[in-house]
Amino acid sequence: MTRVDRIAEPWGTRTPYGPGEPWPARVDTHLDGGLSSDDVDRWVQTASLLHSNGDAMDIAVKDERIVGVRGRQGDRVNHGRLGVKDLYGWQANSSPDRLTRPLVREGGRLVETDWDTAMGRIVERTQQLLAEQGPSAVGFYTTGQLFAEEYYTLGVLAHGGIGTNHVDGNTRLCTATAAAALKESFASDGQPGSYTDVDHADVIALYGHNVAETQSVLWMRMLDRLAGPNPPQVICVDPRPTEVARHATVHLAPLPGTNVALMNGLLHEIIANDWVDHDYIEAHTVGFDELVKQVQDCTPEAAAQICDVPAEQIREAAAILGRAERLLSTVLQGFYQSNQATAASVQVNNINIIRGMLGRPGCGILQMNGQPTAQNTRECGGDGDLPAFRNWSNDEHVKDLAKVWNVDPMEIPHYSPPTHVMQMMRYAEDGSIRMLWVSGTNPAVSLPELPRVRSILSQERLFLVVQDIFLSETAQLADVVLPAATWGEKTGTFTNVDRTVHLSEKAVDPPGEARPDLDIFIDYAHRLGLKDKDGAPLVKWHDAESAFEAWKECSRGRPCDYSGMTYELLRGRSGIQWPCTEEHPDGTERLYEDGKFFSTPDYCESYGRDLVTGAPVEATEYRALNPTGKAILRAAEYVPPHEIPSEDFPFILITGRTLYHFHTRTKTGRAPELQAAAPDVWVELSEADASAFGIGEGDLVTVSSPRGSVRAAARITGIRRGVVFLPFHYGYWDTEGGHAPDGAGRAANELTITDWDACSKQPIFKTAAARIERTAAGQEPAPAPTTTASAPVRPAGAPTRGPSDVDEELSDRAPEVAL
Amino acid sequence: MKIGLALKELHRSEAELARELLKVSDRHKVDHEVFHLGRDLARWSQEHVALIAEIAHGYGQDLDPDAGGPLGPLERAVEKGSELAGRTSSPSLLMLRDLREVYIKSAGVSVDWELLAQAAQGIKHRELLALAQRCHPETLRQMRWANGKLKESATQILVS
Repeated sequence: MTRVDRIAEPWGTRTPYGPGEPWPARVDTHLDGGLSSDDVDRWVQTASLLHSNGDAMDIAVKDERIVGVRGRQGDRVNHGRLGVKDLYGWQANSSPDRLTRPLVREGGRLVETDWDTAMGRIVERTQQLLAEQGPSAVGFYTTGQLFAEEYYTLGVLAHGGIGTNHVDGNTRLCTATAAAALKESFASDGQPGSYTDVDHADVIALYGHNVAETQSVLWMRMLDRLAGPNPPQVICVDPRPTEVARHATVHLAPLPGTNVALMNGLLHEIIANDWVDHDYIEAHTVGFDELVKQVQDCTPEAAAQICDVPAEQIREAAAILGRAERLLSTVLQGFYQSNQATAASVQVNNINIIRGMLGRPGCGILQMNGQPTAQNTRECGGDGDLPAFRNWSNDEHVKDLAKVWNVDPMEIPHYSPPTHVMQMMRYAEDGSIRMLWVSGTNPAVSLPELPRVRSILSQERLFLVVQDIFLSETAQLADVVLPAATWGEKTGTFTNVDRTVHLSEKAVDPPGEARPDLDIFIDYAHRLGLKDKDGAPLVKWHDAESAFEAWKECSRGRPCDYSGMTYELLRGRSGIQWPCTEEHPDGTERLYEDGKFFSTPDYCESYGRDLVTGAPVEATEYRALNPTGKAILRAAEYVPPHEIPSEDFPFILITGRTLYHFHTRTKTGRAPELQAAAPDVWVELSEADASAFGIGEGDLVTVSSPRGSVRAAARITGIRRGVVFLPFHYGYWDTEGGHAPDGAGRAANELTITDWDACSKQPIFKTAAARIERTAAGQEPAPAPTTTASAPVRPAGAPTRGPSDVDEELSDRAPEVAL
Repeated sequence: MKIGLALKELHRSEAELARELLKVSDRHKVDHEVFHLGRDLARWSQEHVALIAEIAHGYGQDLDPDAGGPLGPLERAVEKGSELAGRTSSPSLLMLRDLREVYIKSAGVSVDWELLAQAAQGIKHRELLALAQRCHPETLRQMRWANGKLKESATQILVS
């Protein structure tokens, strides 16, 4: 056993392995000061809730308190490893400022009350609005961090009971594009690939995916391949000098907002050199001719002009992609939150499809998720989708769902796609949404253009309900605040990006009167008197396991089929990948083997959308395009971003998540080791830009866009010229301002633009024009980690360090992995 | 031969569609998708206008390649007004009317492209046919956008 400082060494000790070999195990353990495994009363099974990797772990409980965590060696996802957020983040659960009682607004102030009073107010207001205006007055905005059972229940009560079309999750901000890109190419959500593709791939291409910081355990797997015999070649597309870029064979750093031009350049080269699998294309795809036509003129030189990447590098990358024998492609926010998000991500799918790289070991596509339960919002109808990948524009699917819920199909709104959150904010702004229920998320920090968002959420005429574990920036604006239980205090399941389902069990009681989100939703449905068409309660379940059973029935026969799973199986076996049925009780490792897709017109989840206009494709059009259910190659032209640098705002601003923080820092900001590693906002600049503006390391810089400004200390890094980076989401809960800036802003979203991808409706956080000004000299280096993409180009102050208190137990024995 | 006249009419209707899209964009600046897409889609029509003007030379027409260009100062003032009025619900009805106008205008342009494509086949003018084949799909996409946006917004606007 070794002790490691995992703040200083976030990816820990290497366990090298070669292609096709199993990834050796390494069990990471962190226990509260001085405790050893022998002191622990019991270990309770769960998985990570602070990123989307799905690391399986056990919670250590002593004297009915959480005292630490340990990776689950036998799990297929992490083979015992834990990320830095997993190791330390759990401490936030026992923070003294947890919400323990419901709050209601009285005379402008939030005051403590009991559950009856709080729920009574919500129910009264709901009924009043339903009587006055109908369901269009009510909206729900949830998160990517609750459990499948909770999203499903919310979906049932909102879509099937209240009958509102306004249901979305903050997965809209992180992976709406993942879903949209998969729906465009395969007419259904659900990742084709598996994490084990890392073990087999000879080329791994990461598009706008800073895996080292966002899914650090998946990066450990890649690092271990890179340290072993016959390592894979790595292609990195990212304007920042990330750890991925540092390990890349080719690092392409395009100007933000030009991803489609770059992808079309790569596709042009691959097609021009005939590195394509014609048999696969002929047998399993539609749309190839259109793609060939679209990329015909997009030579590497033409792409280089737009992206400002050397044409030679594009050729080199295309040759690696074109000659790969087992190609794993991954995509994340660098594409999803940028101009033409879906169009760019679909071109990644297109590379794998035309090369026939699907459904075999090492040949995968992972349109990544940003949040741990993002997949579940999409599956369960907790965001802008109908449950179990049903197609809102297919009347038969709606009828089928109505049967599952025992309601009239007319009760389920399906006249248009469910409303996405940015549109909901617009409806709240124009006064037609009058009640908004926010659960487990913090739009007052995470949505773009915060001055606008604050003005919408603080309107008198909007009744705002917030369900959370802390008094977040958004909760401070609420009319009713409901204290929720969190991870470790309630039971449920969640699913990671490679469709692995984990059970997360309750380890300890929630503090005070805090209640599981599931109980809150069920209570609301009952108090509201929601009934099915026979007059029985609409929500027929009462706890996590019975909710899971109901969800299983809803998913039966659909692509995300959970019907073969039980809590008992998940307890015994750790992670299981859907679809899991009676015929496939062990789950399914890869989708689309033998070129079979979920894309026949009668079965598919989506007919797709126009990649530029976002207009939904009509059923008849889809039928004509893809009558027999093949993969769809959708071409896209490059369209410039809506805000480009100008004389007044000469820089391109990008924002992003960093290693030591998650979402709006609700939990990670309350974990001492994580907070100390990156205590405040910073701004990353290139050396050339810094010197042109007379800015030195640590100097205070004001970054402004047409919408607002942020003051931050400068970190001079290897980022490309003309681009500045701000980490999200530093908000105001731990400042004097409370929910808003008190003087200078520090949330990156003060600056971002209200604009979204027309196809996925995902907001664009990575192409805004900005200017910088040096405000004051700095006394010390920027509070940015030195271990990540924000590493300084020249030594600046002390390197990022923490305590050496994580145990790593290495084992070259392959873990016993189910399946 | 009346192809010159058909091109002139198409040039007029494309320019009008471009200006309509820009006007709708300006009028609904607070509806961000309409604002941004209106501008993106106007650009397609502006390109069509320039291409039509170019090919129309051969048919003795002297058409302005820049017709359908950006709005003047008076029309701009409308944009400012929409920002201020954006917090009341009355502009939303106006949005339905405006999108309906885009739908109808783009449908008109679509028919014009069809007529022209027919004529181009009749006289075996490959270049003209290629132009219609390049531009017409974009017109259809403009039309579907307006239609989709109408369907998506109608319920909320009409029931609230």
